[in-house]
Amino acid sequence: MNLADSVFIGLAVVTVLGALGAVAFRALFYNALSLVLCLFGVAGLFIYLHAEFLAVMEVIIYIGAISVAIIFAIMLSRPMDKSDEPRSPSASLRGAVCAALVFAGLWRLLSGARWAQGSGQLPDMRDIGKALLTTDVLPFEAVSLVLLVAIIGALVLSSPRERS
Amino acid sequence: MSATLQPYLLISTLLLCLGLYGVLTRRNLIAVLISLELILNSASLNFVAFGRFHMADPSAGQVFAIFIIALAAAEVCVALSLILLLFRQRRSVDPASMDQLKG
Repeated sequence: MNLADSVFIGLAVVTVLGALGAVAFRALFYNALSLVLCLFGVAGLFIYLHAEFLAVMEVIIYIGAISVAIIFAIMLSRPMDKSDEPRSPSASLRGAVCAALVFAGLWRLLSGARWAQGSGQLPDMRDIGKALLTTDVLPFEAVSLVLLVAIIGALVLSSPRERS
Repeated sequence: MSATLQPYLLISTLLLCLGLYGVLTRRNLIAVLISLELILNSASLNFVAFGRFHMADPSAGQVFAIFIIALAAAEVCVALSLILLLFRQRRSVDPASMDQLKG
């Protein structure tokens, strides 16, 4: 096994373990930190997929903005040392059975599937920029509008109400 | 090993199922949000992997993943302010206790 493969396996293990921690720990703060670990793993996998731009975006937006916002909300909403209420065993069992069934079905489907042949070209960052300004310009503008509306909505929701 | 689709599909399916388990079982809205992030990440990993190996246009998958990241940012920003508002009004973030619209 060469170095690239071992690093790939390491990244995959980090991603899955991070995801496991993000749902399994009872302390909310540990969940958020495990999510950061998982997102780092996904960013590494993006590099293996020749998506360097997305890997950087994943680190900047997901880890730098989204995870930090979640950690802020955790610190604002309850004392950090207080952990989640215990889950009832029947609810966890139901959730686990649902997730396992979905996994089994999807994996059966995926391992038997045959996909269309790709072009084999490596994606280039220049192609992404061109696509965003030519073929995908309408979705791009729509997403920017959605972001603007979301920011204004969040500000309106979290601003203190004036008494009338 | 990293040059085939199968390992990426395995990882993203695992992320999806762990996120689904979290959404179904957690008792805290912020934890549900964290699980949703896992599901969104599994989707963008799938888009990039398929775009890399099985698409005629090599950048299409990555463009879609960029849109997913932007929408996730918008979703988290609105959801967190709603959760904080709920916490201020009800002193609780348990999704099971939010049943006032129940008929």
